Amino acid sequence: MTALVTFKDVHKSYGTLPVLKGVSLTVPEGRVVALIGRSGSGKSTALRCINGLETIQSGTLEVCGRKLHEANCDLRHLRMEVGIVFQSYNLFPHLTVEQNVTLAPRLTGKASQAEAHEIARKVLEQVGLAEKAKAYPEQLSGGQQQRVAIARSLAMQPRVILFDEVTSALDPELTAEVLKTIEQLAQSGMTMVLVTHEMSFARRVADEIIFMHQGVVWETGDGSMFDNPQTPELRQFVGSGL
Amino acid sequence: MSYQFDFSFLYDYWPDLLAGMRLTIGLSVLSILFGFIFGSACAIARVHGGKTLRTIVGCYVDLVRNTPLVVQAFWLFFGMASMGLKIGAFWAAIITLVINVGAYTTEIIRAGLESIPRGQKEAADCLALRRWQVILYIELPQAVERVYPALVSQFILMMLATSIMSQISVEELTGAAYGIQSMTFRGFEVYVVVAVIYLVLSWLTRTMFEVIARIAFTRRRLRTPL
Ligand SMILES: Nc1ncnc2c1ncn2[C@@H]1O[C@H](COP(=O)(O)OP(=O)(O)O)[C@@H](O)[C@H]1O
Ligand SMILES: [Mg+2]
Repeated sequence: MTALVTFKDVHKSYGTLPVLKGVSLTVPEGRVVALIGRSGSGKSTALRCINGLETIQSGTLEVCGRKLHEANCDLRHLRMEVGIVFQSYNLFPHLTVEQNVTLAPRLTGKASQAEAHEIARKVLEQVGLAEKAKAYPEQLSGGQQQRVAIARSLAMQPRVILFDEVTSALDPELTAEVLKTIEQLAQSGMTMVLVTHEMSFARRVADEIIFMHQGVVWETGDGSMFDNPQTPELRQFVGSGL
Repeated sequence: MSYQFDFSFLYDYWPDLLAGMRLTIGLSVLSILFGFIFGSACAIARVHGGKTLRTIVGCYVDLVRNTPLVVQAFWLFFGMASMGLKIGAFWAAIITLVINVGAYTTEIIRAGLESIPRGQKEAADCLALRRWQVILYIELPQAVERVYPALVSQFILMMLATSIMSQISVEELTGAAYGIQSMTFRGFEVYVVVAVIYLVLSWLTRTMFEVIARIAFTRRRLRTPL
């Protein structure tokens, strides 16, 4: 199995604040990897490094065969293969749902107008929002907006999608509909990296769970690691009621 | 105090006023259109350009906003003539107005661009859009929509400011009125009528921009149905 994402001893700091202190991890193709850990442990930073939103200071980071630690890495082509969904949706408010979804495939030359239309129909169906194609983001609930954001990512037909606490801003019932969409994606074989606080969800959906602590990978395992934590830090994290 | 109001003479001069009005509208439409395009380009340069470009645009904006329009008009009209460039009063007026309204437009749209949440650019970047695509499809449309009321006010001020161009012998509405006044010595009546015409033109301009907004900013229709 090929690895789509490979961190090797990655270091990253913001100014003088070290945030990633030697992270090594891999995300194999077709797998779902969940990143968990306390707030401030560097999960978002690690995720944002994967599509080049943040640059690393040392170590190596390879994503879809591109070496992000090299200065001349072509971020635009990388981002055609790596999708990301944010906690705050970041939909384009002046565009309809359909325009939000078709914009990038059209502008990057991935699809013609007609093809983009067809892609939009398909991905909106996939997230259960086909009937909202002509609506504007402000007319949708938070859960629906987040599903549109997922569809917008899918429209680029990425090889891997990154999710950064995409349900943290949502009520429980809306959280459920978004998690269901992500779970269906996982079943369809999409490679995904999930930063999440939903422990039962991570346990159910993720093939591998990575517990980050103080900027390093502290413990790795599958769902059973919650029952049998190997480190006191994970035990405490699991015990803190999450 | 026995001034007799008499508007009847205006009947003979109506064609002059009409011609002046047409010129006012022509000056306004052209300078608003090109001023908007020029101002948008300068605002983008001011926000996204390199240090040199940002400084140049900044100087331009400060220079224009801190000198009177009439001085700018004279400077361009006589300045160009003395450099041997004969472009005619009408085009000198257009260039002056575009430069003038462009500077104010730059500042207004710059404020709009700066008010767009960082997440918008980030999301667009993550979708593999090119830099100019992010500006043109994501940032500029949202910026213009946000500052639209301020832009419209500026454009109406600029429509009224075309009256200054009579100073460089462009016979727009105010210039035409002055001509009629000096022949009839009925300044009060003439300028009452001219004021009413400006009032109507302002109202028309405002209405036209409201119509444009309804076409351009589709989601607005959701909030304020006709
Ligand atoms: N853009 C930034 N500039 C400076 N410090 C940052 C920035 N982003 C995150 N940090 C800091 O880096 C640390 C890790 O943040 P983050 O990766 O967001 O953690 P997590 O997602 O696990 O909560 C935190 O201490 C945070 O304050
Ligand atoms: Mg985070």
